[in-house]
Amino acid sequence: MDFLEGNLELRERQRLEGHTDRVWSLAWNPATGVCGIPAMLASCSGDKTVRIWQQGPSGSWDCSAVLEDNHTRTVRSCAWSPSGKLLATASFDATTAIWECVGGDFECVATLEGHENEVKSVSWDASGSLLATCGRDKTVWIWEMQPGNEFECVSVLQGHTQDVKMVQWHPFMEVLVSVSYDNSVKIWAEDGDSDDWHCVQTLNEASSGHTSTVWAVSFNSNGDRMATCSDDLTLKIWDTSAKASETSGSSCGSWVTQYSFYLDLFCDARDKRRHLCTISGYHDRTIFSVNWSRDGVIASGAADDAIRLFFESKDNSVDVPSYKLLLKKEKAHDMDVKLSAMESKGT
Amino acid sequence: MVTGLINANPIVYERKERRVRSAPTDIDEYAEEPIDQLEIFDHIRDIKDPEHPYSLEELKVVTEDSVEVNDRHSYVRVTFTPTVEHCSMATVIGLCLRVKLLRSLPSRYKVDVRIAPGTHATEAAVNKQLNDKERVAAALENPNLLEMVNECLAPTFA
Repeated sequence: MDFLEGNLELRERQRLEGHTDRVWSLAWNPATGVCGIPAMLASCSGDKTVRIWQQGPSGSWDCSAVLEDNHTRTVRSCAWSPSGKLLATASFDATTAIWECVGGDFECVATLEGHENEVKSVSWDASGSLLATCGRDKTVWIWEMQPGNEFECVSVLQGHTQDVKMVQWHPFMEVLVSVSYDNSVKIWAEDGDSDDWHCVQTLNEASSGHTSTVWAVSFNSNGDRMATCSDDLTLKIWDTSAKASETSGSSCGSWVTQYSFYLDLFCDARDKRRHLCTISGYHDRTIFSVNWSRDGVIASGAADDAIRLFFESKDNSVDVPSYKLLLKKEKAHDMDVKLSAMESKGT
Repeated sequence: MVTGLINANPIVYERKERRVRSAPTDIDEYAEEPIDQLEIFDHIRDIKDPEHPYSLEELKVVTEDSVEVNDRHSYVRVTFTPTVEHCSMATVIGLCLRVKLLRSLPSRYKVDVRIAPGTHATEAAVNKQLNDKERVAAALENPNLLEMVNECLAPTFA
């Protein structure tokens, strides 16, 4: 499908009602929606609950479970493990709960405590063995899953000087990105020698970064680009490719060797990631979320109730990529929009 | 140790006489009247200052002119002037304004609350917090803060 051909439309298929307070976030279960398994969605809300929605045979969505009586404050963010069997929910009550899905029923199997105040985001890495959380206490925590649904805190990452809004793992590498109220984006990785997690790069105003709170980050499916969005009314696209210099014939053997070769490159050089372009002039209120679809469409959700879709334009006359607005859906919601994986919900 | 009030002797101004709106001669019963500056000011003028038994209008923290509204674009901006430059109650006052407008205006409205430029020592920091939706939502889940805000708003429901 050539997105740049024009005549695109965004149509609302269904409105899912049930929550009694604003919906802050949603997440698609990655193990569903394929191979005949009905698609499953989790939504979390200011009403302190998480709702699970499933698409029935007729195509319409119904609420199949309500996860309640656990969090004592707003549930801000939720994330499925790559296997789709576990759901992590992060709450303003300073805890992160881990739920296990067994035949449609959900049971809380672990509660991660440690943050001093509101937890704002949670993210599983590609392997499903690491979990990252972040919050208003300015820290990012990395947890490792042990047998028996036990979670151990592996590292508490300090460096942000303000509220950390979101964390997101690279689609296949053990590299973590965090974005913050301190206007910066930080990249974290494990030091090969000492197994210590530390900040390998900070993208701030000096690196052509944002000039106000950064709300969200999203990688493209290749992991060689990431998009960030901010209260400064811009989206920024970053080059996160591991630039391999001419290989000298080494590392082309096993996949594992290749992987660690690229991982070393990704992490060793301090200034690996760089600003590619800034999408500005399209938003006049805070951009709360950004999502990069598998097809390469970048969707933004903003405080003006609109959803905008962008796509890279094939303008060969410039070296730097540029992005074109594909469509703007006004009044997509009655109130501010936050997106998740190409679906959106309003407050 | 006795903690003193931030501003023990605020200047109290006279309340502006409330204009009685004259009934329009040509009434279209189904037309929604556009929300104007005075209507929004009426919502916020009686909010009580967190520290003193005076309203924000009496302390000139807000005035009719401090309200900018564009009903067609569903937008309102309130610029408030704390009574003292180092007023630590500035965030609470800002929150009170936000909550009152949230409860009084149609949900289509976008609200910006700002400190009048040059009137506060940490203006940028306070403005950033007041206009961060997530921070505001989390703050209002704090029962003590919510109680304080509700107390300040109580006179406005008279």
